[in-house]
Amino acid sequence: MTHIVGEPRQHHREHAARLLEVSDLTVRIGATTVVDHVSFAVDCGERLGIIGESGSGKTLSALSVIGLTPDVADVSGSVRFEGVELLGMPDRQIAKLRGDRIATVFQNPLTSLNPLMRVGRQISETLRIHRDIGRAKAAKAAVELAARVGLPDPARAVRAYPHQLSGGQRQRVGIAIAIAARPRLLIADEPTTALDVTVQAEIISLLDELIADEGTALLFITHDIALISQVARSLLVMRHGQVVEQGGVNDLIRTPQHPYTAQLVAAARATSTDRALP
Amino acid sequence: MTEPSTSSSDQPLLVAENIHRLYRLPRSSLLGPRSERHAVCGVDVSLHAGCSLGIVGESGSGKSTLIRVLLGLDRPTIGTVHFEGRAVEKGRPRSLRWFRRKAQIVLQDPLSSLDPRMTINSIVAEPLICLDVPGDRRQRVAEVLDAVGLDAGIGKRYPHEFSGGQQQRIAIARAIAPRPALLVGDEPVSALDVSVRVQILELLKQLAKDNDLALILVSHDLGVVRYLCDEVMVLHNGEVAEQGRTADVFRSPSDPYTQALLNAVPRLPAV
Repeated sequence: MTHIVGEPRQHHREHAARLLEVSDLTVRIGATTVVDHVSFAVDCGERLGIIGESGSGKTLSALSVIGLTPDVADVSGSVRFEGVELLGMPDRQIAKLRGDRIATVFQNPLTSLNPLMRVGRQISETLRIHRDIGRAKAAKAAVELAARVGLPDPARAVRAYPHQLSGGQRQRVGIAIAIAARPRLLIADEPTTALDVTVQAEIISLLDELIADEGTALLFITHDIALISQVARSLLVMRHGQVVEQGGVNDLIRTPQHPYTAQLVAAARATSTDRALP
Repeated sequence: MTEPSTSSSDQPLLVAENIHRLYRLPRSSLLGPRSERHAVCGVDVSLHAGCSLGIVGESGSGKSTLIRVLLGLDRPTIGTVHFEGRAVEKGRPRSLRWFRRKAQIVLQDPLSSLDPRMTINSIVAEPLICLDVPGDRRQRVAEVLDAVGLDAGIGKRYPHEFSGGQQQRIAIARAIAPRPALLVGDEPVSALDVSVRVQILELLKQLAKDNDLALILVSHDLGVVRYLCDEVMVLHNGEVAEQGRTADVFRSPSDPYTQALLNAVPRLPAV
């Protein structure tokens, strides 16, 4: 496998194909439009954050990319990944991309991991599905990945069941599974919301390091504007299924144009722990 | 923040001394001894009327166990709790009725703490009935709904018809209905959206001020405690890592754990 290093910054390769291009994505469930003409793009190695409150459509927008919308949802618009249209692609084909070219880290590792399977096998399973490698080799790779995501005593950790690990360790397993096949795009849906703040800081710096090493693009979904300011470079603010504002993270936080963004920033500042504040 | 109103009486409202709570863990092997977990380890709490204390800590720090003990919902292994000079001891439910009128709680998830089959009126009136609070109940329900910023006309509706923030307002109305002297919030805003969070915190602040209510706020969110509390106690592995006036602790934390905790909180870029 080749190592993808330091993809050049986007500005001087404006015409290069976008890694992910979502346009006019609309998701309807019954009579309700939960995602309303949402468009965004992610280039190689870029980090885009989607922020919104509950019911804003942030998770659905991201999960539609990999066809993980509920059966009752009616999805329209366009999702192009590496130039290929994913909407309307048969699920069998999208399934081949999931966990391989596009991987996901979910919010609650306890529900996204299989409680009956040792974590090592859950990590190697991804490789066995997407790569033509044998059981022994995959098992060995699982230990390497466990070490890579900072699980203590990796050779032993892979033999544990999810319930035997702490919340932070479980999320490390979730990340190991996600990066196993070296995806080009990583979708992280509130990956640290269930964790303590000190553990959150560890997980974020781990993610940061891993995707920087591999040049993986990141789509990070969160409700925490302070957190996103440390993870992403650009930001999409969603409300009631629509994108209300979009731009560079620091610009949006310093000079929000939309009143809703301003409201989010003000709320975050009011309960900030910054020592400089009164 | 104002100084604690020690002038009215020097005696604190709530005093807990040397609280320890050990849990016996399930046997890990057939013949081995059962091990114990020291969830709370020698914690002292003293709270004056009208003052506010924040208890912060990560999961497993003992904060929930501590408030269970403070509220007489659990018996400490060692230590005592006194409220207005009277011992708070878990016993028959009836024996703590005097204390339940004085101390109320608001829980994390409003939807699961409100009975889905009861109307808002009966939810808010329930503590008045259970605790035999004298006075016109209907009038009190209308009063507290108004105090939390809800229209009295909503009384005939059911919890699921309201947003998370409104549900938490209902839970707060229920808590203040019996005119308690102490209100405990166990992560009262953690389940809410950021923009609603500040409104609920502001409401709690206002209610505490208007009713000379003492507050204990348990939270993993340091910012929330900073917003609302005069004093803060940082718990780590069941022990007090640091304690003091909120402004001082946040400006110059002296304990390494508090420092690590504060440093781990994501910050917005400066304006």
